[in-house]
Amino acid sequence: MIDRVKEKINELLSAGSVKGVIALAHAKGHVTPCLFQKGDGLQGLSLGDLQTSGDARYPLNKVLITIARQYPDDVFGILVRGCDERGLYTLYRLNQLEPDKVVPIGICCSQSLALECECKKPYPDEIVAGEKSEGVLQKHLQDLEEMDLTKRFSFWKDQFLKCVKCYGCRDICPMCFCKECTLECDDLVSKGNLPVDIPVFHLTRAMHMADRCIDCGLCEEACPSDIPLRLLYKKTAGIMNTEFGYTSGINKNEKSPLSLLGPAPEK
Amino acid sequence: MEYRNTLTTCTYCGCGCNLFLESLDGRLTGTIPCKTFPVNEGKLCIKGWNVHQFVQSEKRLKKPLMRKNGELTEVSWDEALDFAASKLKEIKQANGSDSVGFCASAKMTNEENYLMQKFARAGIGTNNIDHCARL
Repeated sequence: MIDRVKEKINELLSAGSVKGVIALAHAKGHVTPCLFQKGDGLQGLSLGDLQTSGDARYPLNKVLITIARQYPDDVFGILVRGCDERGLYTLYRLNQLEPDKVVPIGICCSQSLALECECKKPYPDEIVAGEKSEGVLQKHLQDLEEMDLTKRFSFWKDQFLKCVKCYGCRDICPMCFCKECTLECDDLVSKGNLPVDIPVFHLTRAMHMADRCIDCGLCEEACPSDIPLRLLYKKTAGIMNTEFGYTSGINKNEKSPLSLLGPAPEK
Repeated sequence: MEYRNTLTTCTYCGCGCNLFLESLDGRLTGTIPCKTFPVNEGKLCIKGWNVHQFVQSEKRLKKPLMRKNGELTEVSWDEALDFAASKLKEIKQANGSDSVGFCASAKMTNEENYLMQKFARAGIGTNNIDHCARL
């Protein structure tokens, strides 16, 4: 699979159709986000699998935003999995990236990674390398919803109490790009205090994720307290789907119902 | 165009979390926790997540300051070190070695902290040495 990706990167760079390609590379025994430019060797290229499948996934879309803000006229290639591609679609919609300035290089996730991530769509629409794996049934959310209300309430309260307010969920999130963040608003979140404001802190973030979260799971992997954040965002995203038939990042050109003005949708 | 990620250890405490300092054209732009490092496994605390910020902060002190006539004034390293050394000698002579205390830092390397305690014990002659992580 990696040879096909190398071939594609070489093709893009030597044709000059992109200024650089954002991907991953081996460095000092680890894997790191990296920008490949014309003339760079691709020996160190990595797809984000160091010891196990997908253990070195990084928010490459976030890297692309950083670089594109500095070089708005250049076109960049980027390595994408299914989740990253959903992220690109959402970032186009939110005017953070321009589709004609991005060339995605799509790779499929292995079935084991798809299962571990409980991923609905472990492959991108445009595939450069790899074989499609099966989408996985969303079992965890179902299980949690079977819990009665009192139990569920105390479950979440206990989870939120563990929060150390590192803001890692926000900082790693490829969909979080705002210059001003509600989670730093003094009227909502008290600065420097622990435990965190329950449930305002986490529910505010969940609300903001409702039409953005592309279910990549990087937040949960970055949480030092192992709070099941994805379940929370899956729930708000689920409400968007039930009420408006909308899922973030699934259709390239679809607008979010939350950004449309007009009469209430007919049920 | 130069985009780089530099693997390094967080300077805030002694845990030793590893992170990438992200830089674009020589300016730091962010911090990314290293997911495959066994100590922090892709996680950081709030200080680690913001470790890139102080480096380029405008508030950062770049030269030694000495209070002269009530005002903090920029001075050369030589002047600052000469002043500190002469005062330390003076205090030691007047009140003895144990009238001086040293506070080492978790933000420095092991070797630098070793030198600090060596200076306290062998140079000044006191065991009054502590570190900022107890604050």
